[in-house]
Amino acid sequence: MKGRAQIRWLEDGRRLHLHDGPIDLIVEAFGSTDEINAAYRAAAERFVHVLDELCGELTFLRQATQANGPPPSGVIARRMTAAVAPYCQHTFITPMAAVAGAVAEEILDAMTAAARLSRAYVNDGGDIALHLASGEQFVVGMVERPDRPSLFGTATLDSAQPVRGIATSGWRGRSFSLGIADAVTVLADRAAVADAAATVIANAVDLPEHSNVTRVPANTLAPDSDLGDRLVTQGVGELSPAEIDNALDAGVLVAHGLLAGGLIRSAALHLRGNTRIVNSQSSFIAFPESRSLAHA
Amino acid sequence: MPEDDAIRCDACPVLCYIKPGRTGACDRYANDNGQLVRIDPHVVLDRAVSRGDSVVPFLDRDREWDGSIVTGPENFVTAIGAGTTYPDYKPAPFIISSTVQGVDMVTVVTEGIFSYCGVKVKIDTDRHLGPETNLVRAQGEPVGHVTTSEYGSQMLSLGGVRHLTGGSRKEGTVTCETLLNLCDRKPVELTIDDGATVIVQAGKVPVVDGVQEERMRVGCGSATIGMFAKQWFGRVDEVVVVDDHITGVLSEHQAGKLLGVRETGIKMKGHRSTPGRYFRVAEPGTAWGGTNIADPLSILQNFNPKFAWPKLRLLMVSTTGEHHAYYELDEALRPVEKELPAVLGESVARIRENCEPALCSVLFMGGAGGSLRAGVTENPVRLTHSVRDALTRVTCGGAPVYVWPGGGITFMVDITRMPEHAFGYVPTPALVAPIEFTLKVKDYAALGGYMDHVRSLDSIMDGKGRRRLSANANNPWPLAPGKSPRPDPGSDPRSDQ
Repeated sequence: MKGRAQIRWLEDGRRLHLHDGPIDLIVEAFGSTDEINAAYRAAAERFVHVLDELCGELTFLRQATQANGPPPSGVIARRMTAAVAPYCQHTFITPMAAVAGAVAEEILDAMTAAARLSRAYVNDGGDIALHLASGEQFVVGMVERPDRPSLFGTATLDSAQPVRGIATSGWRGRSFSLGIADAVTVLADRAAVADAAATVIANAVDLPEHSNVTRVPANTLAPDSDLGDRLVTQGVGELSPAEIDNALDAGVLVAHGLLAGGLIRSAALHLRGNTRIVNSQSSFIAFPESRSLAHA
Repeated sequence: MPEDDAIRCDACPVLCYIKPGRTGACDRYANDNGQLVRIDPHVVLDRAVSRGDSVVPFLDRDREWDGSIVTGPENFVTAIGAGTTYPDYKPAPFIISSTVQGVDMVTVVTEGIFSYCGVKVKIDTDRHLGPETNLVRAQGEPVGHVTTSEYGSQMLSLGGVRHLTGGSRKEGTVTCETLLNLCDRKPVELTIDDGATVIVQAGKVPVVDGVQEERMRVGCGSATIGMFAKQWFGRVDEVVVVDDHITGVLSEHQAGKLLGVRETGIKMKGHRSTPGRYFRVAEPGTAWGGTNIADPLSILQNFNPKFAWPKLRLLMVSTTGEHHAYYELDEALRPVEKELPAVLGESVARIRENCEPALCSVLFMGGAGGSLRAGVTENPVRLTHSVRDALTRVTCGGAPVYVWPGGGITFMVDITRMPEHAFGYVPTPALVAPIEFTLKVKDYAALGGYMDHVRSLDSIMDGKGRRRLSANANNPWPLAPGKSPRPDPGSDPRSDQ
């Protein structure tokens, strides 16, 4: 199915756009021209097989992960399963919660194995895998409402820090969410790990049974959703400041647990213009508190 | 197998079952009433891949990347997404220099939070939307009011600081959302107290109480008689212009009298206002001339035999030219429908041609206050003076603005001339709008500008996270020299080319 995937330059002539079915990647590598070209070729050669590999065991990947269950065969599928495994005894989760991050990691690995790069990133719809050679850094912009993209802040990541994965989840995003967070952005050591954690934290930012939250069984929207008939958020009406606090508190509690367990390095939770940051004390990674603007 | 009307997409091996009105996992293929269709790509988080950016084939022989960075010959950086630094009074986020015909120009780019802002909405309709000053509501909350009727249109004033921050929290939130959606060119339903429910969308046809407007009529029936009497004289004996408001009759109308049109013995139903002008010939509706008339003869009584004559030629036409019929009287003075003579067909076509499509237009209006101006210069009032003195050009997302005379920098901009998704909001609630000030470097230095913070255009263009758009060809190029930075007071901002 190599003819199906689209691999193109973006207009700037520097970034590569890889597209196949639901997978949409923006890739950029930094280094010498030869190394960059080698990395892009490696990315393209790996990419054309990714969707077929995943679809070969899609039924398994859409089922709830079992502790000590049988592993899938594909390398990306295994990465997905490993990323969600820490949660599967506490909550319903399928490997699909980490698919975007796992694909990003796989393409990045193919690039760094083929070429010596100073920096590189693979952005899979907001779930990002990073490569940083010693002494390098990335400035990452963050968006609160994916349907109205505008940066609310930036985070600087340098090679001395362990963060190599960034992921964002929220009910306004492409995937269904069980919670009401506008966006939860997580920094973690790997993209698949960040992806799973962002999903779990965004699900936890919630006001169960609240009458102003519109929820619909996932399979009434997408009959083959891995979430089955679980209620997914489709609309959030008026919330009082106290309710916003309560919903964020619930998410922050989960985020602290993941931080303590070493699964994530940092998280930023957004709901209705309110932001909570969860950082480890020892970490140099700090999200900005909020975006500031000039009052006219 | 899929239940109900879900269809199976075979565009890729995921093989999604897609429900009607939904997209598959890719957000690219959708079920449109049982048909698999391809839709616009999803706007991903990376703004640079947003709609409209072109892409080129990878490893295409001639286009293989050579390591060079591509920059267009001419770029103007808008303030969209620039952010600002309030309340620190730091310099605006981007102060950019570029050279235009040998003159160094500076563009100060910022995004402002506008608490003092709103939109003026012009709705092309002759329908009564509601009494002047009555409240306009969205989702039940007051968001503005009905202001004056203009020629062929009704005006609404929405937003403003009182609705944004002066009322309840919900009123402010709904007002902000309404303004944002209108500025984002989305349809918004507005209900007027003791009036109509209107769906307004910038650049689109208004829908009043569920009825879509078509065309603005050229004038009322009486006005139409006045405009076209000369073209009809000698070619037809009688013309009735059917209109919901005032139906006109050529032979009785002042314009017909002046031309010497002979009395025809026509007898209208309805209330005669002044000679040749009739109110309420029928009930309002969606047929002839905004009435409920399907057969135009139903508004005529028998011709008076004292004046009428066999073979009398009668044209009946609506104020938009969309309906017309031609009759000649038989020996018993009864109208008999005949084919429209070509020469009258031309006049009907001309009426139609003069009826412009009905549209909603949305102008954003805001005022740039002291702290925003302080991001441009250490001495904010000098920026105001500079704009007044036409040394500084103000643009909004690259689009030309009309700056009101008097104090401050209060401007209006047609939002359809701005790039899409140019506006944002903050929970205050207030709108976030882009604003750019362009002036010569030496003028910028003279008004106390932040010269230390001026960056070259190239340093911006190779930065990350830039969304590059083609300029709107109908807008003046923001950096074009030698043109007035703002139109003369009173002129149409559109004419500032």
